[in-house]
Amino acid sequence: MIRSHVLICGGTGCSASGSGAVKEALEAEIAAKGLADEVKVVQTGCFGLCALGPIMIVYPEGTFYHSVTAENVPEIVEEHLLKGRPVTRLVYHEVNDDDVKHATSLSETVFYKKQKRVALRNCGVINPENIDEYIGVDGYRALAKVLTEMTPEQVIDVILASGLRGRGGAGFPTGRKWQMARNLVPDADQKFVCCNADEGDPGAFMDRSILEGDPHAVLEAMTIAGYAIGSNQGYIYVRAEYPIAIKRLEIAIGQAHEYGLLGDNILGTGFSFDIKLRFGAGAFVCGEETALMTSIEGNRGEPRPRPPFPAVKGLFGKPTILNNVETYANICQIILNGPEWFASMGTETSKGTKVFALGGKIQNTGLVEVPMGTTLREVIYDIGGGIPNGKKFKAAQTGGPSGGCITTENLDTPIDYENLMRIGSMMGSGGLIVMDEDTCMVDIARFFLEFTVDESCGKCTPCRVGTKRMLEILDKIIAGNGTLEDIDRLEELANYIKSSSLCGLGQTAPNPILSTLRYFRDEYIAHVVDKKCPAGVCKSLLRYKIDPAKCKGCTLCARKCPVGAISGSVREAHTIDAAKCIKCGVCMSTCKFGAISRA
Amino acid sequence: MISLAELAAIREKMKDKVAVREGSAQTRVVVGMATCGIAAGARPVLSAFVEGVNKEGLAEKVAVTQTGCIGICQYEPVVEVFEDGKEKVTYVKLTPEKAERIIKEHLVGGNVVTEYTIGANG
Repeated sequence: MIRSHVLICGGTGCSASGSGAVKEALEAEIAAKGLADEVKVVQTGCFGLCALGPIMIVYPEGTFYHSVTAENVPEIVEEHLLKGRPVTRLVYHEVNDDDVKHATSLSETVFYKKQKRVALRNCGVINPENIDEYIGVDGYRALAKVLTEMTPEQVIDVILASGLRGRGGAGFPTGRKWQMARNLVPDADQKFVCCNADEGDPGAFMDRSILEGDPHAVLEAMTIAGYAIGSNQGYIYVRAEYPIAIKRLEIAIGQAHEYGLLGDNILGTGFSFDIKLRFGAGAFVCGEETALMTSIEGNRGEPRPRPPFPAVKGLFGKPTILNNVETYANICQIILNGPEWFASMGTETSKGTKVFALGGKIQNTGLVEVPMGTTLREVIYDIGGGIPNGKKFKAAQTGGPSGGCITTENLDTPIDYENLMRIGSMMGSGGLIVMDEDTCMVDIARFFLEFTVDESCGKCTPCRVGTKRMLEILDKIIAGNGTLEDIDRLEELANYIKSSSLCGLGQTAPNPILSTLRYFRDEYIAHVVDKKCPAGVCKSLLRYKIDPAKCKGCTLCARKCPVGAISGSVREAHTIDAAKCIKCGVCMSTCKFGAISRA
Repeated sequence: MISLAELAAIREKMKDKVAVREGSAQTRVVVGMATCGIAAGARPVLSAFVEGVNKEGLAEKVAVTQTGCIGICQYEPVVEVFEDGKEKVTYVKLTPEKAERIIKEHLVGGNVVTEYTIGANG
């Protein structure tokens, strides 16, 4: 009889930090101690605290071990699983308000307490490769309810009433999308249900974690969508760079087929639906809906003008709905708990919860799910644990290369679709990159722009040529050769590209520039007028100087300089040859007398 | 192909197995499993509790866990029952048979088996 479950994260984050080896060691050690009949090892999806991986939770106590290595395993098995004494040294400790460290179970941490997990509810709880465990947490109950008790119209009405909006970025009401696909082309001989799992934003990984941790939830929701719009075929377009997600999807589809929860005559109700996987090759533009469908059709992934919208003419020219992974992950919960329950969370126009991938300069790198309307301050300081090394918060980028930055003045703005749009950012898929005082906003704008220049498919001129021209202007500014006219030209160009590009990629590519210009214009001006980078990032604008009064002539910096740019005799003040200096900063960090400064 | 009834049956079977991971149990049965406890026979007692709790369908409400030495080694195997809003009950010198009675009378019935408590054996 099983008395204890040991959950180990098998998501991409923890797999990378070695959870596979920990799991093997654990299974071997448990067998060696004769506990195999009492203790069950379960590989789950992502818990969310990726920075602390590999993560291991022991139930029923809920003991939360982090950064576990295979070497720790014998001790945990001997002490905790055999003798019942948690290995306190390896348990997660939280510092409370009185600055006292105390051992904390996962559900007790501030990181978890402020979250509301709907889309992620099963991630880190069930074994994603076991359909029975999914059924045990009410899996496929929503599908059974829909197929036996509801008409397709009723399903659409429930989704409409819930207020659910697309979680991929644009925020279109999901129910409306389904309604259009059901009604606009009444005599269609075939319709399709597509899932957008081509998560391409740098720093975003919520869709990956859902597919890895709860693949059946997506399959079940797509089947419900198929019933609602009158389709019998679904496609999941998933990035080939997500091998674990693909493997678990394949296993899940196989198991659902075995149980007859996919395929012909599902649950004996006469409704048939099947799902195929299509792998994306990593082109960012294929996350755009028309490009995605073109790619599924076997063509080069390029967008096309809309209308016609996919609900009328989508995949293979048939009416199609395309929803994002996280959107689907909400569907079954809405069916089971009712639209009122879902609509009770969030703000006036944005219902439910949103998953964010926290990254950048933040303590708790990972995945969090909060009700819409939570402020950025709560997400960054309470759940995210604040900025490391006592640095000051400068801005957070939402929406990745399509979004913009949120600054200190908007830290207390409730996060929802409209508010983010108003302050010049966007919800996007949910990547949230935190930047501190050491980040140069011009450099950040350049980083995102370089990404879109690389990823532009080249079909329309504003995006193909325009983004490249913007990048060149930014390079000029960063090199210290910019003028005030360059800033104006950059802004003008950005607005042109925004209004004239064919698809979402080009239309949103200028956003990082427009938003940094809006909030950090002074930094641009510092680069072009004062020829200085206030954050000390842009190398061409940096100058290292030795203060002759403080320099003791110890020669240490001259010996460390990799390019021989520092000269001077022993016990005499040294000097740096600016023409040779590569601004690596080694001299400044080696000087024992604080004689070298950066300006 | 499974039917609706079979789907419901799988759910019922699996529910308790997954419930242990919710950490929401109101009652905790804690078995002393230090060297003294194990030497005195705590392991079969622990197994009896785990099996009994599952057999009675209490898995969602009752968590069976272990702890180290409680400090009264001469009374091992020692088991403590913690219930929300009630005083802790300490059972001593248990056997699998006594465990079964505690499950039936205390965990299911709500009546403390006084004759096995430390008060009656002290």
